[in-house]
Amino acid sequence: MKDNGLVEFRWHGRGGQGAKTACLLLADAAFSSGKFVQGFPEYGPERMGAPITAYNRISDVRCSIHCNIDNPDYVVVVDETLLDTVDVTRGLSPQGAVIINTPKTPGQIREKLRGWQGTVCTIDARRISEETLGKNFPNTPMLSAAVKVSGVLEEKKFKEDMEESFHHKFAAKPQVVAGNMAALVKAWEEVQAG
Amino acid sequence: MNYNERLSGNEAIAFAMKQIDPDVMAAFPITPSTEIPQYFAQYVANGEVNTEFVPVESEHSSMSACIGAQAAGGRAVTATSSAGLALMYEMMYVAASSRLPITLACVNRALTGPININNDHSDSMGIRDAGWIQIYAENNQEAYDNFLQAMPIGEDPSVRLPVMICQDGFITSHALENIVLLDTDSVKAFVGEYHPEHYLLKQENPLAIGPYDLGCHYMEHKVQQAEAMKNAKKRILEVAEAFEKVTGRRYGLFEEYCMEDAQVALVLIGSSAGTAKAAVDTLRKQGVKAGLIKIRVFRPFPAQELAQALQHVKALAIMDKAESFSANGGPLFSEVRGALYDLEHRPRTVGYVYGLGGRDITPEHFQGVFARLEAIASGGELGPVYTHLGQRG
Amino acid sequence: MIRPAKEIDEFTPWQEMTLGGEIYEPATSRHVNTGAWRTDTPVLDAEKCRNCLLCVPYCPDSSLPVKEGKLTGIDYLHCKGCGICAEVCPFGAITVKEGGQP
Repeated sequence: MKDNGLVEFRWHGRGGQGAKTACLLLADAAFSSGKFVQGFPEYGPERMGAPITAYNRISDVRCSIHCNIDNPDYVVVVDETLLDTVDVTRGLSPQGAVIINTPKTPGQIREKLRGWQGTVCTIDARRISEETLGKNFPNTPMLSAAVKVSGVLEEKKFKEDMEESFHHKFAAKPQVVAGNMAALVKAWEEVQAG
Repeated sequence: MNYNERLSGNEAIAFAMKQIDPDVMAAFPITPSTEIPQYFAQYVANGEVNTEFVPVESEHSSMSACIGAQAAGGRAVTATSSAGLALMYEMMYVAASSRLPITLACVNRALTGPININNDHSDSMGIRDAGWIQIYAENNQEAYDNFLQAMPIGEDPSVRLPVMICQDGFITSHALENIVLLDTDSVKAFVGEYHPEHYLLKQENPLAIGPYDLGCHYMEHKVQQAEAMKNAKKRILEVAEAFEKVTGRRYGLFEEYCMEDAQVALVLIGSSAGTAKAAVDTLRKQGVKAGLIKIRVFRPFPAQELAQALQHVKALAIMDKAESFSANGGPLFSEVRGALYDLEHRPRTVGYVYGLGGRDITPEHFQGVFARLEAIASGGELGPVYTHLGQRG
Repeated sequence: MIRPAKEIDEFTPWQEMTLGGEIYEPATSRHVNTGAWRTDTPVLDAEKCRNCLLCVPYCPDSSLPVKEGKLTGIDYLHCKGCGICAEVCPFGAITVKEGGQP
């Protein structure tokens, strides 16, 4: 573990998919758990569909470092088609893990990871989202998987905070809260490591 | 009362503006400061502030509108970045010379060209001589805190100068981080009401502003501005002291980090100072007497105070996040090095230009700089004084 | 001590000038002696003047003061000596004299 309990995440997604939103959601959840957080995207000429990167730092004291994260502890890939073009595990800590949104098993997806030897986790966020929310919103299941795999937040507190956050966020359409919570719980149960 | 939140730097500035509830905001959107007027316009639309929001057609106009509003007797604020600040250039001088304490949130971004939206300090450094007070932040917390202090500084009768509150575009403006906020009543009590002695809408005694100055008057008015900038130093410290009483957070003209016994040190501005602190921590654990000074106030420039703080340092790197194309180093380098001239035992100094157009800088980069400083401190050659850091080749 | 604008001139030190050149009282241009620009000077012959006041609106410098419907003379502090008043007077009551003094 790095100094001050620092855990670093790097998110890979495509413009418009909500990787930045998921990154901010993780920061929000960690803040609610009493952590110090950073959540920030890397800005370029990104447009809908272009590969984008976002980062999180979560620690027990305020982190003053403000550069991009070259050596993350965890990498979250919101869209598996990125594996063909982006070296997602570049700089990833060998003790860390990559968490990929895919219906495949860790064993099936590993061949796309350019020789990565560490832990591979998979979660079928698209299916979970479609089952629980009726649409493909992979953010909530990906967030849940990232929190479970990293162990950065305590499970009970995380789920309570998220429920409260959903109530707040979807005050105008409370029917969505149950779906999001179901997605969160399902992803927590289904994420596989290999 | 202070309470914990998590906000991006832009959200923090917009929230500070909401708490202050100024009379007028005139702004034109430009990346990465766009979110500030965007969030603020929402507050206006929701009726959460009493501010008159003036959606102008350019930054020349936004500063002009601020000048008119402030001269009329109101409190005016704006936000901008990069080319937007450049387009204000002429009016920035008018605001300062008319002694109108407007507050501008500058979200630092590289100035074209080649066109680039990411962070460096070329925009605000380019306008450093316009007569505005310039205060820089390392993170969202400092951006918020500095913005709350801007008006008590600028509006003080001994100062009466406009204030620019700067933070690093994207790096802090778009990064969600923990922040401690002050409740709105305490903010209002701290910032106070704006009661200028003279203003255009003063019914019983209207005034004329911005007259033509013949040669026989112009220089006297410039001396007045220069004197006000000198007075600002004292006022900035008074306001910081009052701010500490309310929030417990301490501010000065600059922050000294591990400087008590430092033999090798950096001077730099903004978010990179936070990254450099990690390098200092690592080196301190290895027994290296490393430290850094983060400039908070660049205008007025704290020359004597810096000389005092740096007199025991053996080797010093002064790091600019802006080029000045002087072929001799950036603006911070020139000014800090100049400040050291009268010391009996001066540190040996080198200058670096880094981080242009958002070029990332890591703790490892700073460790490399410190390694060079250690070699210089132990009698090694100074080497080239003006270099760049982080580029290929 | 900051002085009123009418007392500020080319001898006033910066400490006594208004900040930013602000002017706190109205009509301070009355204190500016533009009469010094004059090289020729109109002179009024009160005997010939019938107070038709035709000259008054023609004067570009508002230097022909009128009181109770009568022309009271020429304001030499501001008159620049253009001579338009002499041109428009139907009664030859204003003549232009060489030199800046009446």
